[in-house]
Amino acid sequence: MNKTAVEKIFSEKSGTDSRAGDYVVANVDYVMANDITAPIAIDAFNDLGMKAKSDKIIIIPDHFIPPKDINSAIQYKKSKDFALNNGTWLYDIGNGGVCHQVMMEKGFAAPGRLIAGADSHTNTYGALSAISTGIGSTEAGVIFATGKMWFKVPETIKINLNGKPSRGVEGKDIILNILFRIKNGGAAYKCMEFSGDIKYIDINERMTMANMTTEAGAKCSFFDTDEKTIEYLKQRNTGEYKIVKSDDNADFDQTIEINMNEIEPSIAIPNSPDNVKHVSEVHERIDQAYIGSCTNGRIEDIRKAASILKGRKVDRRVRLMVVPASQEVYNQALREGLIDTIVEAGGYFSGTTCGACLGGYMGVLGPDEVCVSSTNRNFIGRMGDKTSRVYLANPSIVAASAILGRIGTPEEI
Amino acid sequence: MVTTISGRAIVLGDNVDTDQIIPAKYLNTSDPDKLAPHFMENEYPDLAGSIKNGDIIVAGKNFGSGSSREHAVITIKGLGISCIIAESFARIFFRNAINTGIPVIEAKVTANNFEKITVDFQNSRILYSGSEIKFKEYPEFLKNIIESNGLINYVRSGKW
Repeated sequence: MNKTAVEKIFSEKSGTDSRAGDYVVANVDYVMANDITAPIAIDAFNDLGMKAKSDKIIIIPDHFIPPKDINSAIQYKKSKDFALNNGTWLYDIGNGGVCHQVMMEKGFAAPGRLIAGADSHTNTYGALSAISTGIGSTEAGVIFATGKMWFKVPETIKINLNGKPSRGVEGKDIILNILFRIKNGGAAYKCMEFSGDIKYIDINERMTMANMTTEAGAKCSFFDTDEKTIEYLKQRNTGEYKIVKSDDNADFDQTIEINMNEIEPSIAIPNSPDNVKHVSEVHERIDQAYIGSCTNGRIEDIRKAASILKGRKVDRRVRLMVVPASQEVYNQALREGLIDTIVEAGGYFSGTTCGACLGGYMGVLGPDEVCVSSTNRNFIGRMGDKTSRVYLANPSIVAASAILGRIGTPEEI
Repeated sequence: MVTTISGRAIVLGDNVDTDQIIPAKYLNTSDPDKLAPHFMENEYPDLAGSIKNGDIIVAGKNFGSGSSREHAVITIKGLGISCIIAESFARIFFRNAINTGIPVIEAKVTANNFEKITVDFQNSRILYSGSEIKFKEYPEFLKNIIESNGLINYVRSGKW
């Protein structure tokens, strides 16, 4: 054997001996859609007039949830009714959250699986050694009906992570530096595989990194399975899974060496996630600080933010918004007293939603406003008005910036 | 499948992302008629109004990067765009286009805005202002989906 992990998984799922570049029709273990993408998928599914592969389908309303207006409510209702009428999995208001976080918490993501999601950040489950990839809605509807999808088996970029990250350097900083190296579109159609000293990177940080491989244009990501992976999976109801690893002599498209010990806390400046600087070079005043999303809305992120905010006050010019990535994260933050800490500092803590990350609602930016955000994209107009500007950073930097009233680090407060 | 398409070039740059193509605030509908007027409105507020049925988008690298929103393709189809040519495409946008039956071609074309261009699918070439650009044929697998006019018809045909 001399195959990459992604070649092995696509071979198994398609029942073929496939290699990078081959087109295959593969059995998909799970297909996920949200309130924006599911309605179009449901139309496609209805067009086919077939029975739903209900046990494979997960509906997680999250984008404009709770509904922000009547049209959003219509899309939400259509998604929910489909799930209820067809007996699919459904994670709704009260037990759901941001779709990718829920997919990992509820045990759908596990090593060796092939998962398709009608959302571009489906790449996230590579953190748990699954091959997971973003797809469109029509094709999600076809999977609803057939359980299968066509794929081109991707080439793999191997990223060797060397050394131990310095204090204050998080998964967000590592992936921003990788994006700076390979650029938006630099991994287009490819799998970004992470190996090396991953023992220094906790699962939540791996999720952040896997999540933002999307910003390099990657089809999927893949972290080797290790003790941290197994430990995370033990706490989840995953069922059986199969550990897969690239062979040493596999044919990689390229190998990139990253010295994690040389990475500094970093920030992506407008208007692209690959437009990365050391955070120490940026001091811009901010109007909003946002912690949340599938990228950095986990309990570890909220703990970091709370530890910085404890006993301090958010600058009066700034609105700090902390939006947990799931109900489970919310509940844990409540139990640990983190919500108290954040609101006592003058922050706003809400229920779970994707809303603000994509300029939907719950934190939309006005003209010329500046936001430092723990999310994944800072395209023109991404979080609101076309003249607003978004800086992407780790949640510790976002929390520190909220206190400082400008972009800065925890060391400065 | 059509063998030749002619239309005016609508020229766009590199890294046109789906947030530009259709901002997220409009994602509370998937109606092409409601989405189409907002095409690229943050960058070019007057662009959607100037597009005519049959026009051809000519873009640079990484067209359609960003989110998986099929609304991006629906918006473009809603404008009556007949074909999208780009130096390269972001992967989900490419899939959405193939699966919903709008022709996408990977080629570097340097046409001027509103210049007439012709795509000759039979001979895999693009013609404009006296120049001819060859493009790579689709692989057999994708050809079958395209010739079925999208994934739904392809699955219905029983070839799946």
